[in-house]
Amino acid sequence: MYEFIIQPWPWWFSGIIISAIMFSLIYFGQSFGFSSNLRTICSAVGLGKKVKFFAFNWKSQTWNLVFLVGAIIGGFIAKNFLSHDEPVAISSATISDLKNLGFAAPISMQPNELFALDAIVTVKGFLILALGGLMVGFGSRYAGGCTSGHAISGLSDLQGPSLIAVIGFFAGGLLMTHLIFPLIF
Amino acid sequence: MKFIKFLIVGIVFGIVMAKSEAMSWYRIQEMFRFQAFHMYGIIGTAVTLGVLGVALIKKFNFRDFHGNPIVFYPKEKSIIRYLIGGLIFGLGWALSGACPGPMVVNIGYGFFSMGIVFLFAIVGTYLYAYIKDKLPH
Repeated sequence: MYEFIIQPWPWWFSGIIISAIMFSLIYFGQSFGFSSNLRTICSAVGLGKKVKFFAFNWKSQTWNLVFLVGAIIGGFIAKNFLSHDEPVAISSATISDLKNLGFAAPISMQPNELFALDAIVTVKGFLILALGGLMVGFGSRYAGGCTSGHAISGLSDLQGPSLIAVIGFFAGGLLMTHLIFPLIF
Repeated sequence: MKFIKFLIVGIVFGIVMAKSEAMSWYRIQEMFRFQAFHMYGIIGTAVTLGVLGVALIKKFNFRDFHGNPIVFYPKEKSIIRYLIGGLIFGLGWALSGACPGPMVVNIGYGFFSMGIVFLFAIVGTYLYAYIKDKLPH
């Protein structure tokens, strides 16, 4: 059991746990959708006085902020107690593609080329993270949800709008990966 | 105390994002290059079980923890907002390698630079709200 937990988890086990998370939240009278927290945070810091989109009773969303805090703790636990922090075992084809863009083979969970301190203090390194975050935040609210809200919750309920959003997610991801990456890396 | 269950579910979420490696920029790249089944397997399993479970909830009218009927609200009909919003989201997802949940999991995991991504995701949300009325929905 411990051996299974400490290894990277197989896709089927991870998928089962994610659906269990969605159903737990439904059972507790809520729904699985993480990006709403971004709106809640804007409201909680008082932006509702300036922009009416943030003028709502954010305290009704406290449960989701608690979920967010749990997610941070979960990341900490996984790193420190449930793993050997081994390199991500991506396919050799991906390693080779990324090498052509200037990324070394994985040595941990994330590439140092993007997330190490000496990368983020450069103008380009900072802009990559800032623009990435900006587009995720803007896009998820424009589309009314992110991966959890649309791809997991929405598709589980066979919602047409969620399918369109997921098609958009993939179109954007493919565009970035195949057309824009060769220009910026 | 009523929030403790959400804390626990959140902790499980953080652990699964880390242990499945879905929080990794490398895995997202591999997915968008169609070079492994891993991420498709994760999402596919979750959605398949999700479809079955939601259908059962609707068929048998299951009630939640508080005894209330479980209702699923249809999202408002539109194409443009989902397609364009989704496209912008996807551009950011591939660039930063993280959607909003995994961003905070990364912070807990020790990748503090993901805090920049998360902070700008909040700025992006503000920007959307600011120009919302000028956008087609």
